[in-house]
Amino acid sequence: MTSVASLLPQDPAKTVAPIERSPGYWSGVGKRFRKDKLAIAAGILVLLLILMAIFAPLIAPMDPYAGRTIRRLRPVGTDGFPLGTDELGRDMLSRLIYGARYSLMMGVTPVLMAFGVGSLIGIIAGYVGGKTNTVMMRTIDVFYAFPSVLLAVALSGALGAGIQNALVSLTVVFIPPIARVAEAVTTQVRNRDYVEAARASGANALTIIRVHVLGNVLGPIFVYATGLISVSMILASGLSFLGLGVRPPEPEWGLMLNTLRTAIYNQPLVAALPGVMIFITSISFNVLADGLRNAMDVKV
Amino acid sequence: MLTTPPLVDIRNLKVTFTGGPKPICAINGVDLALDRGETLAILGESGSGKSVTLRAMLRLNPEKRTKVEGSITVGGKDVLTLGPKELQAFRGRDVSMIFQEPALALDPVYTLGHQIAETIVKHDGGSWADARKRALDLFERVRIPSPERRLDNYPHEMSGGMRQRAMIALALACNPKVLLADEPTTALDATVQIQILLLIRELQREFGIAVIFVTHDIGVAVEVADRVAVMYGGRIVETGPIRDILRSPRHPYTIGLLKSRAHDAMTKGTRLDAIPGSPPDLANLPPGCSFAPRCKLAAPACSEATPEPVAVGAGHEARCFRTDATAPVAA
Repeated sequence: MTSVASLLPQDPAKTVAPIERSPGYWSGVGKRFRKDKLAIAAGILVLLLILMAIFAPLIAPMDPYAGRTIRRLRPVGTDGFPLGTDELGRDMLSRLIYGARYSLMMGVTPVLMAFGVGSLIGIIAGYVGGKTNTVMMRTIDVFYAFPSVLLAVALSGALGAGIQNALVSLTVVFIPPIARVAEAVTTQVRNRDYVEAARASGANALTIIRVHVLGNVLGPIFVYATGLISVSMILASGLSFLGLGVRPPEPEWGLMLNTLRTAIYNQPLVAALPGVMIFITSISFNVLADGLRNAMDVKV
Repeated sequence: MLTTPPLVDIRNLKVTFTGGPKPICAINGVDLALDRGETLAILGESGSGKSVTLRAMLRLNPEKRTKVEGSITVGGKDVLTLGPKELQAFRGRDVSMIFQEPALALDPVYTLGHQIAETIVKHDGGSWADARKRALDLFERVRIPSPERRLDNYPHEMSGGMRQRAMIALALACNPKVLLADEPTTALDATVQIQILLLIRELQREFGIAVIFVTHDIGVAVEVADRVAVMYGGRIVETGPIRDILRSPRHPYTIGLLKSRAHDAMTKGTRLDAIPGSPPDLANLPPGCSFAPRCKLAAPACSEATPEPVAVGAGHEARCFRTDATAPVAA
C-alpha cells in the first residue's frame, strides 16, 4: 500500500533538516542597530556631514576665503547669502561647509592616533602585568589626573598654535583613557581559560597577543574610542576658539565662533551658526557611538 | 631495568608557590609513571594538588612564582629543562590538555575551525586548507554531527557537550602522545558526561595515547581509568589498579572517600559517612602524614614522619604506616 508507505518517514538522511549557517555576530549587531531609530538618524547626519566635507568644493556656492568688507555681517536669508556673511563679508554657508572638513579631521584623527598608541600601552601593561603594569599605568594616571580641557590647552600652548600641534595635544589627551580601558580589558582576557588553553597548545606570547588578546580587546576599545570623537571635536573647536588650534583665515567652526563673537549683538543668528554646527556634529557622533555600543553589546 | 622506560615518568615532583607571604607547598613529592595507551585517573578533593600536577607537566604554572623540583620526563624529554622554543613545540604536540569548562577554554571571537586550524598551522606549518581538512577529520572523529557546518560555528552556538567535543578535537589536533584532562566532565550534564567519557576512552584506544584524567568523582574514574592515584595534601596516598582500589582500599583516606559516597541502597534519613575535619593547610603542613589529624587509625608515629609507599598488592601501593590495620576493614 503506497498510502501507508508515504506516511512513514523518508530516508532519514534526506529528511534531517540541514543546520542553518547560524547568523553571525555582525548580523545580530546590524539587527539591533536597525531598531535604534535615534542612532540611525544620527548615522544619517554623520554620513551627510562626511559627504559635505568630501564634496565641499562642489557644494559650496562661493569661495570661503573671498570676502568683501562692503557686504559684511549680512543677516541670515540675504539674497545670495542664505546664511549671511561674516565679519569680513565671507559667505557663511560656504565657510560652514568647508568647516566640516576641519571638524571631522580634528575629531577623528586624534582619536585614531590615541587608539593606536593607547591600545598598545594598555595591552602591553595588561598582558605583562606585575611591576611593568604598575609603572606604566601609574604614569598614565598622572596624565589622567589633569582635566582634559586644561591638558589640551596647556599642551597646545606649550607647543604653539597650529593644526599639527593641536592634533598632537589632543592625541596626548586621549591616550590615558583609551590605555586604561585597554589595560582593564586585557587583564580580564589574559586570565581567561582560552589564553591558558592556547599556552597549553604551544602558542607563544606573540601569537596569544595577536590572536586571542587583540581579537577580544579591540572591539571594546574601538567602541569606547568612537565615543571620544565628539569630545575631540569640541576640544578642537575650543582650542581654535582660544587661538591655539587652526589659525585664520581657515573656516574652522571654533575659530569662526571666536571671530564672530564681537558681532553677537548685531547678528546673533549668524554668530551662533558655527556653534550650532559644532553641536549637531558632536551630538550626532555621540548618539551614533552610543547606538553602536548598545548594538555591539560591549560593556566598558 | 630491562623494560622500556614509561612514556610519562614523574619523580619526586615538588611544586611550591612562592608568590604569597608564606610558601604554599602544593605538591610534596609525587611519583607517577604512565605507559603508552594507559589511562590514569588522579582522584582527590579540591586543593589536593591534582590540577597543579597536570599544569606542572605542561609548565603552565606561573614561572616566576612557582618553584618546581624533581623531574618530569615525557617520551624521553626532560620537561623541566626545556627551552622556550622547545617548550612551545612540546606543548600541544607531545602533551596537550582539555579543560574543565569548554565555554571558557574556547576563544569566543573565532570559529572552532579557525581555532583548530590555527593550532595545526602553528605546529606543523602547512597550508590553511590542509589544516582545515584535518580539523574536519577531527570533528568527525569526535562525532560532531554535520561537522562541516560546525567548523564555522562560534563556541557560543554549540551546546556544552558539543563544545567539549570540539575542545577534545582541538587538543588532539597535533597528535599528542599524552592527553591531560582536567575534570573534563564536571561542567557537563550527567547524561552528556558519560558520552564524553566514552568518547575519550574510544579515542584513547584509536590513537593509542596515554590519558591522565583528573577528577573528584569516583564514578568518572571507574568509567575511564585503568589505574587510579588518590591524592591528598599534595601527595599520592594510594595508587593501584581501579579494581583493587575500589574493592580493597588500603589508605584510610581512600576508605573514607569511598564510604562518603552516596550509594544506591541508601534510605531516607541515613547520613553520609563524611571524613571529619578539613583538608590540610598547604602553607603549614603537619610534619608527618598529612592525613593523620583526620585519621581514625592514626598512631603516634603517624604525626612524626611521612610514611613511604607500602606495597599492598600487585601494583597497589599505599602511603600509610597502618596498612596492617586497614586490611581487615576493607575485607
